[in-house]
Amino acid sequence: MYKTILANQTWVFEDLKTVMAKASPLRSGDVLAGVAASCDEERAAAKMALADIPLKTFLEDQLIPYEQDEVTRLIVDRHDKEKFQLISHLTVGDFRNWILADTTTPEMITSASPAITPEMAAAVSKLMRNQDLIIAAKKCHVVAKFRNTIGLPGHLSTRLQPNSPTDDLQEIAAGMLDGLLYGSGDAVIGINPASDSLPILGKINQMLDEVIQRFEIPTQSCVLTHVTNTIQLIEKNIPVDLVFQSIAGTEKANTSFGINLNILQESYEAALSLNRGTVGNNVMYFETGQGSCLSADAHHGVDQQTCEARAYAVARHYKPLLVNTVVGFIGPEYLYDGKQIIRAGLEDHFCGKLLGLPLGCDVCYTNHAQTDQDDMDTLLTLLGTAHIPFIINVPGADDIMLNYQSTSFHDALYLRRLLNLKHAPEFGKWLEQMHITDQMGQLQTANSNHPLLASLPAGE
Amino acid sequence: MTLPDNWLFLKQFTKARIALGRNGVSLPTNEILNFSLSHAQARDAVHQPFDSDQIQSELHKMGLSTLTVHSCVKNREEYLRRPDLGRKLNLESIKKLEKAYQNPFDLIIIIGDGLSSYAVDRQAVCVIRALLPYLKKLNMQLGPIILAHQARVALGDQIGSILRAKSIAMLIGERPGLSSADSLGIYMTWQPNDTRNDADRNCISNVRPEGLKHDLAAFKLAWLLEQSFIKQISGVRLKDESDNAALSDTIKPLYIA
Repeated sequence: MYKTILANQTWVFEDLKTVMAKASPLRSGDVLAGVAASCDEERAAAKMALADIPLKTFLEDQLIPYEQDEVTRLIVDRHDKEKFQLISHLTVGDFRNWILADTTTPEMITSASPAITPEMAAAVSKLMRNQDLIIAAKKCHVVAKFRNTIGLPGHLSTRLQPNSPTDDLQEIAAGMLDGLLYGSGDAVIGINPASDSLPILGKINQMLDEVIQRFEIPTQSCVLTHVTNTIQLIEKNIPVDLVFQSIAGTEKANTSFGINLNILQESYEAALSLNRGTVGNNVMYFETGQGSCLSADAHHGVDQQTCEARAYAVARHYKPLLVNTVVGFIGPEYLYDGKQIIRAGLEDHFCGKLLGLPLGCDVCYTNHAQTDQDDMDTLLTLLGTAHIPFIINVPGADDIMLNYQSTSFHDALYLRRLLNLKHAPEFGKWLEQMHITDQMGQLQTANSNHPLLASLPAGE
Repeated sequence: MTLPDNWLFLKQFTKARIALGRNGVSLPTNEILNFSLSHAQARDAVHQPFDSDQIQSELHKMGLSTLTVHSCVKNREEYLRRPDLGRKLNLESIKKLEKAYQNPFDLIIIIGDGLSSYAVDRQAVCVIRALLPYLKKLNMQLGPIILAHQARVALGDQIGSILRAKSIAMLIGERPGLSSADSLGIYMTWQPNDTRNDADRNCISNVRPEGLKHDLAAFKLAWLLEQSFIKQISGVRLKDESDNAALSDTIKPLYIA
């Protein structure tokens, strides 16, 4: 039991997960789950109680029991006790001060990272204002590699996402070429297929691979289908670069996605065995998002931001190239409006980076949420200043297959120009060789006879 | 002032917003205006009420019987904030279905408004019309069509369970996109009950004339139904390989591609 005694009221919190949930900034998903603070004073009191809790408590008191949940078991069993000595004397409040202190270097944070559990990361983020989340995330340096280098300071990568509602290869290619000519695609060229059909998935994968091979683009492709499909594609000798999977922070939520840690391990080993990376071998790509556990009725009374951070513990076990929160995709029942989406995007980015992940963001929203492109501009700019490794790029910000709005090629250009951010170095060099950018890395307008434009696949 | 892109010809291959040109690093004014209009229209589409009476009369003309039910959601605002209520039938609807139950059917089709009643208005009847010949071929017994207001996908499990259906297909309005306010999703589940989750469902998405056409959607659903009945499963363990003719049993495409 935890208590905060104020002048004329004592607030009592039954257990650790209650303190965590009630200390969370207001969001519709926690209200929906019935775990949110009843009023602003209770929220402030919960933050005070949380600030006094020693980090050690999170090792002794599991929010979701060890026996019931394989994600908890992963967190506990993989915890680095030796590195924990760096921070084991701190309370959550001290931990915030430690992260922000000038005496704490980026190297110290990297070193402590394996000793930080997702619950510790979530807890400290709840005591942070947006500016804390930004400056602290900027301090966390995480680099990942496959055919290029993602996450270097001063650099920004983009996932090129030219989806087609009918998995039409020419439609995908048209969007992909538009994106490449706008300098997009160094995180991955990644397609969300409409179909689950293996032959169709195989064809998309082959088309992406052919373009990458033919033009020797230092990037990677991915077809974002269920991990069991990708395992089958690998068995059929389809040229798979990255294995994708949506993941969540509890075993039960992952079950609802049709996965568990063993399946992920199997796919990880299958992708590693292909040995297709050139500068590194980070082969996994995960997507996450606050609210997925609640959506699967698998949150165990834990608030949605803490559940999200637990998904990062799953992700980091497989040394991914890319992890991104699809922050505004899930809908207004979890993140109601622009304010809640912006806050969640900053929390996810910070927690992911603190836990050692190359955490990008799909700065996005759906048409039933109370938000618009102006809010996305705000979040995009904030994440740029927080040194986000990559963002998602959809032609014109309008995904015609998934029916939501993300950020566009132009949005990435804006962020690069505003903050002087470069492409992944290998990809930047390629853009210059292809005369897509000039020597200063600025976009040029390609001619209609540009070799890329002659690469459109034939119609079926 | 606007720098146009020299690959306008690519626009013929896609409905995506490509080759937009730029001013500096920014979108040209006309593209900003086009985008904000599309967003406004999609926002409006979310809030259009579901006209189940119109669909009911069309289905009756096809000789199909119908039942109209409501989830526990009272209005659109509550629908958006409380998906849990959209997954449960209200008491009146439960009684109505229990009363209507006579014998178990092979398939119950549910039409639910979801996030775009415009989608079900335009696509649902067309899909059912295209599906009927396949059901005949499979000798599958179809129960009454259920018209569900303020419905979420999982509402189908409760409906199927009360009617003791061997399988269900939920036809539901997908979240409207900027370029597609009327896209229908189809979720097929073998032996629906309240323990089913997303991994137990097969999904056919983006059903609309400009996306996955009605005939093809009906064929895919029939293919999945046949395989589901043979293997007694649905969801991630049942792969959609409907375009591989070698894997078909009875169900072959009836339409000409």
